[in-house]
Amino acid sequence: MPMQLDLRLPIGAMFVILGVLIGGYGLFTQSSSLYAVHSLGINVDLWWGLMMLAFGAVMLALARRAKKL
Amino acid sequence: MQPIPLWIDYLVLAVYFVFVLGIGFVLKNQMKTSTDFFLSGRSMPAWITGLAFLSANLGAQEVIGMGASGAKYGIATAHFYWLGAIPAMVFVGIFMMPFYYGSRARSVPEYLKLRYDEKTRALNAISFAIMTVFSSGVSMYAMGKLLQLLLGWDFNLAILASALIVLAYTLLGGLTSAIYNEVLQFFLIVMGFLPLVFLGLRDAGGWSGLQTRLNNDAMVHAWKYLGSPSSNPMGVEWFGMVMGLGFVLSFGYWCTDFLVVQRAMAADSPASARRTPLIAAFPKMAFPFLVILPGMLAGVVVATNTNAANTNAGIPAPATRQSRISLQGARGIIPVKFDEAGKPVMRGGQAELDYDMATPMMLVRYFPPGMLGLGLCALIASFMSGMAGNTTAFNTVWTYDIYQSYINKGASDAHYLWMGRAATIFGLAISVAAAYFAKQFNNIMDVLQLVFAFVNAPLFATFMLGMFWKRATGHGAFWGLLCGTSAAAIHHGLTLPAGSVAGAKGGWLGVITHTYPSEMAQNFWTAIWAWTTCFTVTLVISLLTVPRIESELKGLVYGLTAKPSDAGLQWYQKPTVLAAVVLTILVILNVIFW
Repeated sequence: MPMQLDLRLPIGAMFVILGVLIGGYGLFTQSSSLYAVHSLGINVDLWWGLMMLAFGAVMLALARRAKKL
Repeated sequence: MQPIPLWIDYLVLAVYFVFVLGIGFVLKNQMKTSTDFFLSGRSMPAWITGLAFLSANLGAQEVIGMGASGAKYGIATAHFYWLGAIPAMVFVGIFMMPFYYGSRARSVPEYLKLRYDEKTRALNAISFAIMTVFSSGVSMYAMGKLLQLLLGWDFNLAILASALIVLAYTLLGGLTSAIYNEVLQFFLIVMGFLPLVFLGLRDAGGWSGLQTRLNNDAMVHAWKYLGSPSSNPMGVEWFGMVMGLGFVLSFGYWCTDFLVVQRAMAADSPASARRTPLIAAFPKMAFPFLVILPGMLAGVVVATNTNAANTNAGIPAPATRQSRISLQGARGIIPVKFDEAGKPVMRGGQAELDYDMATPMMLVRYFPPGMLGLGLCALIASFMSGMAGNTTAFNTVWTYDIYQSYINKGASDAHYLWMGRAATIFGLAISVAAAYFAKQFNNIMDVLQLVFAFVNAPLFATFMLGMFWKRATGHGAFWGLLCGTSAAAIHHGLTLPAGSVAGAKGGWLGVITHTYPSEMAQNFWTAIWAWTTCFTVTLVISLLTVPRIESELKGLVYGLTAKPSDAGLQWYQKPTVLAAVVLTILVILNVIFW
């Protein structure tokens, strides 16, 4: 039985959405004191959000390439 | 220190739940036969089964418990990975998987039936089924309690909501859905914990800063102080560690527990099945850095006043909330443990610390809103993947090894598929009941977990003799298992860890023949006794009873089965090459953290 759902699609989609949400939140709260108190002055929302966005995009690209072959 | 999840955190959690349930719905139409439901139609690529193999075991007990051990014992906790998992994972991949995957067995108990006899299978199937539903209940209870303490969520709501979500996706998509979600959860746990370790280490001044702040050399070496139990915080000596944890407990779990073996059985080919535990071994080796380091860091970092910070950021202080966690008398950010009456738990004149809070407190300390949602997702994901793993293993063993074997033999496949779904529902219902049971009688659950340990400890002797010695017989296996379990119970009843009173901790037979330096040392030696007894009894009774005809054992015993061929595989796909790489990295890690 061939697999009908490529698992890379939901993984990719979820991390793209999470990356946009968390990264976006980081972008809009850049001047907030939250980051100084919690994460040593690093805007971890923004940076890790971008990281997740990139990871999700790579997963989606891999799924797309597999489908084309 | 009071975490207040904001709308953004709830939104992150909501996204995660939508994907978890969505996967179940998409897979719903693929579940046509019982093989689809219980074994994913044996169609999974190795990278997926490999990550699921790792993730099914990555329950709450692991993420919370290993952080707690890290806080308590330091880097020596990594033995639970490097010694207590990797060698066994390599062994099951190289030597045992050909029998599991190749023998037509659909479950581990079924393998026992093919290799030995009906009564050995029944013994294993029934004890396994009971253990899985209760473990799942304990896991649920732990989650409910944690979410209540940490976030002030309602205990009942947390338990019911998580049970319903797990029910929905395993009911819809069977094992495929559970496996897909386990892989999703694997990535979430990695993504959630990596930045935590990064921030914590940065704050503490890196590994060398952590070493200085811990100011205890035994916390930062895995082997150096294992010469005698009095010189290391675990109270274990190297022989008990290597034999008890590294051999009996580790091989007993990774090589025979259907919860993990089921993931490999879902693989699309014998080669993929063999690669499954080897692929899992790579991330498994790195997990100590993700789950143990946060616990160690929690003991040395300082808290910040998050309430004040949130007020500055325009978020109102939670004036109406009662403070649930106090850091008075804490070590780092590990709070003092309180009993039900709200009094600090004392031990030896000192307030005991709530080590289970080490990792959750790290999340609250270092993650701002947004990342906090992701961290909570990672925690909840670990709870749910553990629960779903237990549920799918339970419904398979119940349907194939108990229902089809003893209750209703020649029914249609559609009927067994229906029964699998029904078993999912009542399995989870029993787990929820067990969670409430645990809430009422905490000690009873401790006793129950002890009994499970007695049942599990001798198992690997049965499998090892069965797979590598064609002379082993069904009578030998059955009585070996029973005697091994009894030996574990008797050993536990005659010994006591230092500083404990007779009761659930041991010594309940009235006579104490030996006092162990720690509970962990006692556990390891209980396992060693159980294994040795099972091995000896199986050996002796097998020699006294009639062996099976050799032709019946083809594909079930090592010497009578054709060696799996690696021809046609790329070098990086060969199980032996993967195993060699895994073992090399393992040695390097042990040398670095010696």
